[in-house]
Amino acid sequence: MTDVLTPVLTADWGTPESWKLNVYEAAGGYGALKKALGMAPDDIITAVKDSGLRGRGGAGFPTGMKWSFIPQDASTEAGGKPKYLVVNADESEPGTCKDIPLMMATPHTLVEGVIISSYAIRANTAFIYIRGEVLHVIRRVQAAVSEAYLAGHLGKNIHGSGYDLDVVVHAGAGAYICGEETALLEGLEGRRGQPRLRPPFPAVAGLYASPTVINNVESIASVPSIIGNGAAWFSSMGTEKSKGFGIFSLSGHVNVPGQYEAPLGITLRQLIDLAGGIRTGAGGQQMGLKFWTPGGSSTPILTQAHLDVPLDFEGVGEAGSMLGTRALQIFDETTCVVRAVLRWTEFYKHESCGKCTPCREGTWWLTQTLTRLENGEGSAEDLDLLLDQCDNILGRSFCALGDGATSPITSSIQYFRDEYLAHLEHGGCPFDPMASTAFATVGANQ
Amino acid sequence: MISEDTYAELLEIAARYPEKRSGLLPMLHLVQSTAGQITPEGIEACAAILEISAAEVSGVATFYTMYKRRPVGDYHVGVCTNTLCAVMGGDQIFATLKDHLDVGNDETTEDGTITLEHIECNAACDYAPVMMVNWEFMDNQTPASAVQLVDDLRAGKVVTSTRGPRICTWREAERVLAGFPDDRVDEGPGAGPASLVGLKVARENNWTAPQVSTSSTTGAEGSDQ
Ligand SMILES: Cc1cc2nc3c(=O)[nH]c(=O)nc-3n(C[C@H](O)[C@H](O)[C@H](O)COP(=O)(O)O)c2cc1C
Ligand code: SF4
Ligand code: FES
Repeated sequence: MTDVLTPVLTADWGTPESWKLNVYEAAGGYGALKKALGMAPDDIITAVKDSGLRGRGGAGFPTGMKWSFIPQDASTEAGGKPKYLVVNADESEPGTCKDIPLMMATPHTLVEGVIISSYAIRANTAFIYIRGEVLHVIRRVQAAVSEAYLAGHLGKNIHGSGYDLDVVVHAGAGAYICGEETALLEGLEGRRGQPRLRPPFPAVAGLYASPTVINNVESIASVPSIIGNGAAWFSSMGTEKSKGFGIFSLSGHVNVPGQYEAPLGITLRQLIDLAGGIRTGAGGQQMGLKFWTPGGSSTPILTQAHLDVPLDFEGVGEAGSMLGTRALQIFDETTCVVRAVLRWTEFYKHESCGKCTPCREGTWWLTQTLTRLENGEGSAEDLDLLLDQCDNILGRSFCALGDGATSPITSSIQYFRDEYLAHLEHGGCPFDPMASTAFATVGANQ
Repeated sequence: MISEDTYAELLEIAARYPEKRSGLLPMLHLVQSTAGQITPEGIEACAAILEISAAEVSGVATFYTMYKRRPVGDYHVGVCTNTLCAVMGGDQIFATLKDHLDVGNDETTEDGTITLEHIECNAACDYAPVMMVNWEFMDNQTPASAVQLVDDLRAGKVVTSTRGPRICTWREAERVLAGFPDDRVDEGPGAGPASLVGLKVARENNWTAPQVSTSSTTGAEGSDQ
């Protein structure tokens, strides 16, 4: 039996000066790189395939398979071009807060992963695209990359292997859509971050129209452990189709919010228990769970009824939502679901890149309708109008941002229709916005 | 005006990339660090270096929210009002600060010290309600702590991020974003308290990732046993 929590990526976050090269190496860091450089690149791809690692950026695409799509036959047009690895460190999906602490505490785990992954796909240049709004995290990654150069882990002829790699740390400038992989490539090419039409897929024509792998920070940071400890070690954790460990981020109304690294398949009931339970109310009373997101605001909300759903790709999918980024935002009964959903919808409206009409216009209409409802000014027909508007966005938008914008709305109407109606009966929001705050309670977020 | 030194650094940024246009985002960060905002001169300089039109550069500058076309104060103060933080008190904090500083969203105080803005989720939800000063974390805020924070900034006191270094000015921060590191990387902790809670529970219970069978291990990674 695997233990309830399995710290691997988070294991050294508490070590003094954990971000420094000597500290990382003292704990065995860059050992996996040495091993990898002695392997054939294809064998690394095979090991990552065998491990069962699936993308940790939300969609869960098998990482090794993604790497194997990179054309390597130099006699073909695409295969003859340079290959690129791009790390998606844009972490902006509301609720998601795992990559940022990873890069702040142990940036070398990411850098080592970048080198091994680039070697596997035969890239000689890699980019780490970090959202711009996290200054200290950017400092730590910049410093880790320069330390790695000085130690000979990067640059020309790495450790005598004949393999060359340069890594560029690139700061974004504020745009959620740049987390979408093709919009990210646009940003990295110095353009407005608007998604590209697919096909061609980035594996064939990505950055500079060359074969490109784009992976999430946590996916790439998991690679050294797979190479170091073996694919079987990794796949001994998790569930049948969702292998390995992942960082689960609990935020909101639990007593001890934070990062919990566990095998995929753990349940929210277990996690809330580890997090000291749902918070204690201002009067000392035990509060109850009302709703939660399994993987960020773009994944349909779930309720009390889903406490025992295994948090893996299949389990959450069967429950009508998505595992996403394991961003577990927990809301207790003091929270108005309409207010929560309206705020997320305003976010999507603000972040819509404007490229396609359903999302650009649709998110505007959604906020109009939701605002009316939150203010108690609409009518019951507005709920049908909302669902109709969602219908016109879902599946008709150019990228998944538009689809994601509908998730909180449709799921909240599914589970909390009565609460929407209560706003109409009450002539406004029946909730006290102070009651849900961290400073309204004793003992919350201790 | 773009100085010769700045122009040289803009060229240096462009040269980091296989194709120079990739330098545009960090180049615009550098423009902000020298000019305090995106300026027509800065746009022209980027356009000249990248051999694209000024309209194209403008189109990029207007797309990204971190680029400002009005002067920014010494301290950019962001209050997260995305759902999780809003519910946890971000809305009250933002309202309190607007009132206390007598500014609206994305406006700067008359003395030019503080620009207040409500921001989207900054990937720190486990520390809600979250504020950012010049893009450094100020975790677990209350309306009272937020007022104290901006008062300290305006009084010129040294303010330290709750999970990071002493806070530099907005222009200095923009320079780091342009890829010119300062000397603050080793300040502050590796992780804040919330980042470590799962690790603590695991240690208390002696929970680890599976041991690696010695035949397959290089001892490189994995559980830190
Ligand atoms: C609107 C939108 C935002 C996204 N934001 C991120 C992000 O911040 N980080 C990330 O890794 N993936 C994000 N993704 C998913 C990426 O498009 C892509 O699937 C992922 O980076 C692939 O890496 P993985 O296979 O390692 O998960 C986003 C997708 C969409 C549609
Ligand atoms: S769905 Fe929204 S974000 Fe995506 S391309 Fe269309 S307008 Fe842009
Ligand atoms: S919602 Fe405020 S940091 Fe995530």
